[in-house]
Amino acid sequence: MNWLDTILQGILLGGLYALFAAGLALVFGIMRLVNLAHGDLIVLGAYLVMYLVGALGINPVLAALFAAPLMFALGWAIQRLVLNRVLGPDILPPLLVTFGLSIVIQNGLQMGFTADSRRISAGPLETASVDLGFVTLGVMPLLTFASAIAVILVLNWIFYHTAMGRAFRATSDDPVTASLMGIRPKAIFAQATGLAMVVVTVAALYLGMRANFDPTIGPARLIYAFEAVIIGGLGSLWGTLAGGIIIGVAQTFGAAVNPEWQILSGHIAFLAVLLVRPRGLFPRAFD
Amino acid sequence: MTHTVTTRTRASRLATIAAVLLIAAGLALPAFVDRSMIKDLFFILTMLTLAQYWNLLAGYGGLVSVGQQAFVGLGAYGLFGAAIVWGMDPVLALPLAGLFALAVAIPTAFFAFRLAGAYFAIGTWVVAEVVRLSIAQWKAVGGGTGTSLPRSVQADMTGTDFVGTLFGVRSAAAQDILSYWLALALAVATIGGIYLLLRSKAGLALAAVRDNAEAARAVGVDAGRMKWLVFLAASFGTGLTGALIYLQKGRISPEAAFSVTDWTAYVIFITVIGGIGTIEGPIIGILVFFVLQTLFADYGSTYLLALGMIGILVMLFAPRGIWGAITDRTGLQFFPIRRRLQKTPRPEP
Repeated sequence: MNWLDTILQGILLGGLYALFAAGLALVFGIMRLVNLAHGDLIVLGAYLVMYLVGALGINPVLAALFAAPLMFALGWAIQRLVLNRVLGPDILPPLLVTFGLSIVIQNGLQMGFTADSRRISAGPLETASVDLGFVTLGVMPLLTFASAIAVILVLNWIFYHTAMGRAFRATSDDPVTASLMGIRPKAIFAQATGLAMVVVTVAALYLGMRANFDPTIGPARLIYAFEAVIIGGLGSLWGTLAGGIIIGVAQTFGAAVNPEWQILSGHIAFLAVLLVRPRGLFPRAFD
Repeated sequence: MTHTVTTRTRASRLATIAAVLLIAAGLALPAFVDRSMIKDLFFILTMLTLAQYWNLLAGYGGLVSVGQQAFVGLGAYGLFGAAIVWGMDPVLALPLAGLFALAVAIPTAFFAFRLAGAYFAIGTWVVAEVVRLSIAQWKAVGGGTGTSLPRSVQADMTGTDFVGTLFGVRSAAAQDILSYWLALALAVATIGGIYLLLRSKAGLALAAVRDNAEAARAVGVDAGRMKWLVFLAASFGTGLTGALIYLQKGRISPEAAFSVTDWTAYVIFITVIGGIGTIEGPIIGILVFFVLQTLFADYGSTYLLALGMIGILVMLFAPRGIWGAITDRTGLQFFPIRRRLQKTPRPEP
């Protein structure tokens, strides 16, 4: 086993998991909602990008640009029509509704696109690589990682430098007081879920270009995203990136020992962190 | 006049009598109906039992788990392991299979209880994945592809001969009847056990924790202990049910035994549509589900999509399910757990 190579591949894989996780963390941070359909929404995004690539004959990145506003609208609508009605002190209704949504999306995709596994073709980019002398890295994983960092930078900029971000933070801290200041929490929630779906579109683009996907793989992505968020400690998006990297490195090491152990070792790393640091690596001071 | 605390209602007295009659009829039924009906009833009873345990967790304990398939699979694999590796009689191995699930439930609870509220749900899902991937490495029971119970093991099962002679049927049919009886016993024990638990002091503590954890703690309820109790009881029961389901199926694979659709999505649907947080709810839910399953299961994805939609709509517009709507209109309660003050005339001195 080439240690350095394994670690670097793991770190880059962590970028993909951070992309999966960013939307989940965003929604949880603002409205304390755990969306069990998050992984399926990523898969839905991948199908949308694939469909646009085929229908318009454009390249995947451009297709993702077209898909992003559609996904924003979808997130906004789901929040307005469904999730806002069930948010409250009781955690049961939102969990069960998003679980139902997960089943609806999976089976809807199966009806629309069959159970066959698909892929978004990225042309020569798929196999391109950069030789750094001591190690060779794929261009696609590098792009994924760079996109994860870009997404986190943009989200942080929105949080701390825009009126929308201020409203997000205010609603997150205290929806009642925020509404006294003229903010409508339900409208904010809808915007936040819309924004999370834009991040999901980026995640979906890389999910689809890097490997095969089919309608059933959503829950596994949800679990990776969730693990990254918990390891990060619900404190910051950078923590989530760190969480993603830990899962990624654990998986590449597991796979290097025995390919059957790849997924399992990621989960075990998560449980180990949970054992040692129950509140994650970078916990928030409160809640 | 004095006051006494009671939970009984007139409906509950009738329900007790009806339950005794139903159980007696259920025991005698194999003499009158054909094998496919016995199999249908087996399905109904085992799914009802799973739904009761999930309801105990989520509806009464406030522990929303989407990882109960872990315990179904563990129970099932515990049974197959005991029968294939140790050559145990599968009927006698059933309780052992439940204990196997219980043994894994202890570390699971240790991890999952570190996750607050909604994150607990995905935490249980992670554990279920870990268990599935680990069991797929267990080569003695077929690894990732699965295995079958040897025919000899099934034929020599305790009680098969007795049932066969009693009803004058062949070995295969006798196995089905035996499984059905076991499922009936398990369902009755589960419903009875949960009802007794809820009516006891522990049940009162459980309701207090669910409704307001802080206030419950203030009056001396140990919320952590209640969560452990409920989680471990549900895991043991779910494991036992899983073992029984796969004893009847006779063939196992990690994909099927740890299926989130079969053992968690369906179970949640049954509980939600019937009415979560009531014992009556899953009973109504399983009847609705069985009808839907019989009529529409062939439609595959469309069917599942419709189930998901119905579940969402019920949560949005009738979160207390069918039974909730019935009690709102009629005040009917067959398994009352609410304590009410009742006036009783003071006896003459």
